[in-house]
Formats: sequence, structure tokens, C-alpha cells
Amino acid sequence: MSGSVDIKQKMAYHPLLLGGIALIAGAMLVFADAGTRDQIAERQAEDLRASLTQVVADHEHDNKLLEDTVVLHAPLEFSDYENGITFYRARLQGKVVAVSFQVIAMGYSGAINIMMSVRSNGSIMGVRVISHAETPGLGDKIEVAKSTWIDHFSGLSLEEQSSAQWAVKKDGGAFDQFSGATITPRAVVRAVHKGLLYFKAHRAEILGEDATDD
Amino acid sequence: MTDYKQIMRDGIWDNNVVMVQMLALCPLLAVTSTATNGLGMGLATTAVMLTSNIVVSALRNIISQEVRIPVFILLIATIVTLIDLGMNAFMHDLHKVLGLFIPLIVTNCCILARAESFASRQSLLPSAMDGLMMGAGFTLALVVLGGVREIIGSGTLFANAALLLGDSFSFLDMQLLDHYRGFLLMVLPSGGFLALGFLLAGKSWLDHRQADRALVAAKAARIAAINAMDDEDDLAGGDRT
Repeated sequence: MSGSVDIKQKMAYHPLLLGGIALIAGAMLVFADAGTRDQIAERQAEDLRASLTQVVADHEHDNKLLEDTVVLHAPLEFSDYENGITFYRARLQGKVVAVSFQVIAMGYSGAINIMMSVRSNGSIMGVRVISHAETPGLGDKIEVAKSTWIDHFSGLSLEEQSSAQWAVKKDGGAFDQFSGATITPRAVVRAVHKGLLYFKAHRAEILGEDATDD
Repeated sequence: MTDYKQIMRDGIWDNNVVMVQMLALCPLLAVTSTATNGLGMGLATTAVMLTSNIVVSALRNIISQEVRIPVFILLIATIVTLIDLGMNAFMHDLHKVLGLFIPLIVTNCCILARAESFASRQSLLPSAMDGLMMGAGFTLALVVLGGVREIIGSGTLFANAALLLGDSFSFLDMQLLDHYRGFLLMVLPSGGFLALGFLLAGKSWLDHRQADRALVAAKAARIAAINAMDDEDDLAGGDRT
């Protein structure tokens, strides 16, 4: 140690080392990102397709859902509406039978991404939670894998249930809350309700030329 | 010479990350509401710890003492991000289950602790072994804690194991208590603290019992040795007479 001048003891060595390693790490991340970006985008498109088939059964339509879309920019709570909310139209023999779109609920621990599909008559065809960060064992009963709770939305519409009923039972509504987790189902119910209201308000734009058919 | 057996013992039992070093309790309590989550987090952490130990050990001669901590953190964060990206692209289903936990691994202090206290001083192979074994010990603690909380909290064990390990492991998914309404406390973080307390007490009890047994055995050996010496004396005495 003493006497010999160790290169590691020089003042410039530390920043150079740190900088060098940061450079290598950064380069590796750039390569990894470039190498996996397409794969990840493809996987996410598959996920989207999979989540669409959960809310729109295959026999309900005969078109390609991902290719028949309409994008709206009207405000919707929590959604990234400035970049547009995409509506995926399901057609049977050319006629729009339902549209699927994503709504976002603010749950107990951040955003809950929900895919819902609405029939052209305004009733819900299906609702599924795509991703969430709710407490395992409590809030995660919104997943269809854990509980059938989410299926209770199917068939409901704004006409069938008044605005007051679009709430959990604790708040005087029609939906069960979970023991230990009220915030999560409350947020989901609210988001689905907002989604239906949005559909009603923009029905003509969303359904396109088919709006007057029924 | 490096004692791999000792590294193995240290990692899994004698110097267990959770049960002895008391590190990484934050991810531990956060994810162990089920055994499957614990296993997933444990495996991901093991992969990161193994890689980071290897990289740190390989670079230990050029990393200077003064900037070692930022360098370690940078390396660990890079490794975690690479694993995150790789899993997202090539093991997408697994990533969907574990995706939430993976960025958490960066903040896991036991990885930095192993880099600092072991990998930066030892050569490649022992460091790799240490990372693997510390990870195995962490996984063990996570699975045990997750299992206990899951059984008491919701009456199942390894629920959704098939999501993590593939359909061939669906046999692990067990409903242990039928019509069990669940014990919410164990699923909540406070239940995690309680279960962790009992786990630590249990480990300590096992260690004490083993130490007591060793003590008794040593005593017995000493008495036997004294008796044997007495016998020799007797024999010697007998000869003299």
C-alpha cells in the first residue's frame, strides 16, 4: 500500500470507473431493450387479443377485432384519453354487435385495467380485469381466476339499474364488496359505470353507421 | 481452500438471510401471502443474487473501495432490468405473475449485502455458490412463511402454482381445509409479522435444542472418557498389586 502509487488511489480513477460501468450498463440496457422490444410488443398484442376474447366470445363475431377500431378523445376518468380510447368493434355479418374498450379504475394500490364489452343495445356483454396491483387474497377477487364476482356485470345496463345501484352494497348499491376490501370493488363498479355512461354519450360515434339500425 | 459445504450451510441455515441476518424483510412480508408468490419471488431473487455475485466477483479487482457501493447498486439494477426485460419477452406468462415483484428486487438489501461482504472478497466459484445458497435460503424462508400464512389465511397451499410453474405442477395446488372461511389477519401484513415472529422463534428453538443435545453428547463423551481412564487406572492398579 505505502510507497507504490496504486492506480486505484488516483482521484480520477473513481469517477472514471463509475462512468465506465454506467456506460457499459447503459449500453447493455439499450441492446436488451432493442432486442426485446418487438417481442414484448407482440406479447402485449397477444395479451390484448386474449383479453378481448374474454369479453367477446369467438362465436359472437366474425371479424378481426384488432382491425376494426374507432378512437375517441372525449374525456373519461383516469383514462389516457388524450392519446385516445380505442374501441374494438365486434361484427356479425357486417353488423356491429358489440364494442370492447378499456376503462381504468383507481383501486387500493394504483390503476386497475379493465376490459369491458358493451352490446349495441347498451347492455354489458362482459367485464374482465386485465391487470391490477391489489392486495393478494383481498382485492384480487376481482380476477375471474379467483372469484366469479366480475361476472355479475354481464347483462346489466344503465336502464336496468339506476345510478344509485351502481355501487357496492356498503354504499347502498347492488354489488357485493369483499371482506377486508371495499375500495377495490367500489373502484371497479365506478369505472364500469363510467364506461357505460361514456358508451351512451358517444354511442353514435362508437357504433358508426350502425347506430341507427336498432 | 474454500469450504463449499460451509457456504451451503451458511446460506440455507446458519446465516439465513431472513432468519439470521434479518434482511430483506420488506419483500418478504409483501409477497408471502401465498406459498406460490413466495416461491416465485424466491426464485427470481436467487437468479439476481447469483448473477450479481458472479459479476461483482469478476470485477472485484478493478472496483475501488471508495465507489464500490454505487457500482454495486448500478450492477444490481442493470441485472434486474435485464432479467425483467428478458422474462417479459421470452417467459411472458411467468412475467405476468411475477412482473410486479421483479423491480422490487433492486431494493432488496440482501443482494447488496452479499455483494459487499462476500462476492467482493472471494473468487468466482465460491461467490456463485454463495449467491445460489443465500437465494435458496431466502426462497426457503419465503415458501415456509407463505405456506403457513396461506394455510391459516385461506386454507389452501400452493394455490395457482400452475400459473408459475406450468400445468405439470398443478398437483401442488391443494385445498387443505374445505369450506374454510379464511382468517383474514394472516393475509394482511400484520399476520406476516406474526408468522415471521413464530418462524424465527421456531428456528431459534431448533438451534437451541441442537446445541443442548451437542452439549449433552459432549458431557456423556467426557464422562465415558473419564470412566475409561478410571478403568485403565483400575487395571494399572490391579497390575501393581
